[in-house]
Amino acid sequence: MKLSFALLTAIGLSGFVQFTHAADITGTVTLSGTPPAEIEIKPLENDPVCGKMHSGKVTTEFYVVGANKGLADAIVMLKGVKAAPASASAAPVVLDQKGCLYVPQIVAIQTGQKLVVKNSDPSTVPMHNVHINPKAGANLSEYSTKISQPQMSGAADLDYSFSAPENFMKFQCDVHPWMFAWVTVVDNPYFAVTDKDGKFTIKNVPPGKYKIVALHRKASPDGVEKDVDVKDSGATADFTLEIK
Amino acid sequence: MTQPSHNRWLHRFAVLTALATLALIGIGGLVTSHEAGMSVPDWPNSYGYNMFLFPPSKWVGGILYEHTHRLWASMVGLLVIALTRWLGGRASRKPLAIVGLVEVLAGLVIFAVLPHEKATGGFLTGIGGMVLLAALVWFRNEAAPSPLPQLGWLTFFIVQFQGLLGGLRVVLFKDQIGIFHATLAQIFFVLTCLIALMASAWWSRMANTPHATRHTQPSLLSSFSNLQKVIFATTALILFQLILGATMRHQHAGLSIRDFPLAYGRLWPATDPASLAHYNAHRIEITAIKPVTAFQIQLQMVHRIVAMLILLAVGWCALKAWRKFPGPLAKISAFWFCLILCQATLGAATVLTDKAADIATLHVLVGALSLATGAALSIIALRFPQRAAGVSPAEAVSKRQPAMDLDGVADMGTAGKMPSAR
Repeated sequence: MKLSFALLTAIGLSGFVQFTHAADITGTVTLSGTPPAEIEIKPLENDPVCGKMHSGKVTTEFYVVGANKGLADAIVMLKGVKAAPASASAAPVVLDQKGCLYVPQIVAIQTGQKLVVKNSDPSTVPMHNVHINPKAGANLSEYSTKISQPQMSGAADLDYSFSAPENFMKFQCDVHPWMFAWVTVVDNPYFAVTDKDGKFTIKNVPPGKYKIVALHRKASPDGVEKDVDVKDSGATADFTLEIK
Repeated sequence: MTQPSHNRWLHRFAVLTALATLALIGIGGLVTSHEAGMSVPDWPNSYGYNMFLFPPSKWVGGILYEHTHRLWASMVGLLVIALTRWLGGRASRKPLAIVGLVEVLAGLVIFAVLPHEKATGGFLTGIGGMVLLAALVWFRNEAAPSPLPQLGWLTFFIVQFQGLLGGLRVVLFKDQIGIFHATLAQIFFVLTCLIALMASAWWSRMANTPHATRHTQPSLLSSFSNLQKVIFATTALILFQLILGATMRHQHAGLSIRDFPLAYGRLWPATDPASLAHYNAHRIEITAIKPVTAFQIQLQMVHRIVAMLILLAVGWCALKAWRKFPGPLAKISAFWFCLILCQATLGAATVLTDKAADIATLHVLVGALSLATGAALSIIALRFPQRAAGVSPAEAVSKRQPAMDLDGVADMGTAGKMPSAR
């Protein structure tokens, strides 16, 4: 009984210690400058099958700018943090093919984390073709025989997991050449994708000083870097990406 | 080169092969214009199906273009096998049988030994079977006059190599192979056009018509020699331009410069890192979404400059031929100039319409026709200089000048050197 009590206390304390030694980094990524106008994806609208799945105009989504110029779909990540790859049991990230578009178009995963590519399109779309474009040597060699994989309507999900970090790995569908998604593979668990208002939260960061970087596939593919000092209470890091 | 006799049906069949090849280039242009080259990721099968049994219900999106390209290419392959047999006459049966047998045996070996390459083995066996069938055709026709059988064999080997290149482009994911595939397609088209030309009644008439006059003024001789050289050089320049175009298409980066006649608002665009970052941040593409590089921008600038040079050179040829050589040369040169004008307009339209697929494909097609016309003109000017130039007896040499033979220009191929009078 005493042993059980001691054990429970120890577990409780360790949880508390962990809780007090992990904080969140929050912030906003905003866009400075005027982005170019998005354009209608005419090939999709004119496609006899895919076009019927959309009632209005379908446009590209390179710059999704929300309230107060908040920039969606930017990746924010800590840099130079040593961390083990995600375990096999880590929650997978889902990339869906819906209405002949990838949803979402910007995804971030950790090295070793599973990425599940689904095909939710009806049988009227006979197939998609998931064509990945890894650049990092390890990712390329791991998938050298699976660069392009067909995924028929109703077929099983395709699972991916990458061992090397890489920014904006392009996923495309060769059957529907307007379909793209960009997957960023991060070598630590401290990253986030900004929401429609450009806001992000990186959870459970141990206190300390870090380099933090914000990237956007168009406005700043190489990223803007700054220092962040994470206290027990957390930290804030705001970025302004400039379109020149 | 002996003088060919004319076979009307052979000529028609050669024209059909050339037209089918032009259509194949057009379908290939649609494949790249729609970024559909990888829409069928396996080869020679299509999504695991035998290529010829792939259900039409699955010909969706980019698959429609890529699969049609494969089927049409197979048909062109069959036409070329038949053309080779026809041009080579009964003498071609033995070599065809050997090639066919080797292909069938190689295909069967691949089928049996490499379980993952069964489709390749089956495909090769199928090709070999068609070649064997051509060898078994009993017609005891005579070979067409030289060099038609040799040209037939050249197209026979190129078309098979070209099919292999197309397949390797898909399975190896290599854009460089695509560039070579596109260039070889243009050369192959030129060969089919030359076969059609040399098998024509017109060629036969030209070959069998005696010279109108054997003596021409030296100034005319020199002028013709210059014209010949410019025609040859311009045809080579067009081939170079088509290679540049193929390289641009197979970068899969869309339009690297999106304004015309200026480039990013300047005569020569900046390509420093800051400028490239600016261009890429402002590029919104639907299909070809790779960031542009300095190399791609410079490539398009070179393409524009070469286009201007070609326009000037062909314009000069047309003007020169029209003024001095009122024969077939003048007419074909005028047609050539019209094609190049059309091609320049299509080039500008390709940029101004943001590379609309139909415009970009027409640009590829007219490019192929321009090269074929230049090649035909070169061959005609080389083979029948005097008759092609339309030199009349009225232009015979004056008494004060030494006599010369215009056809001697072809033998000498050098301006200023006077071939000896025959």
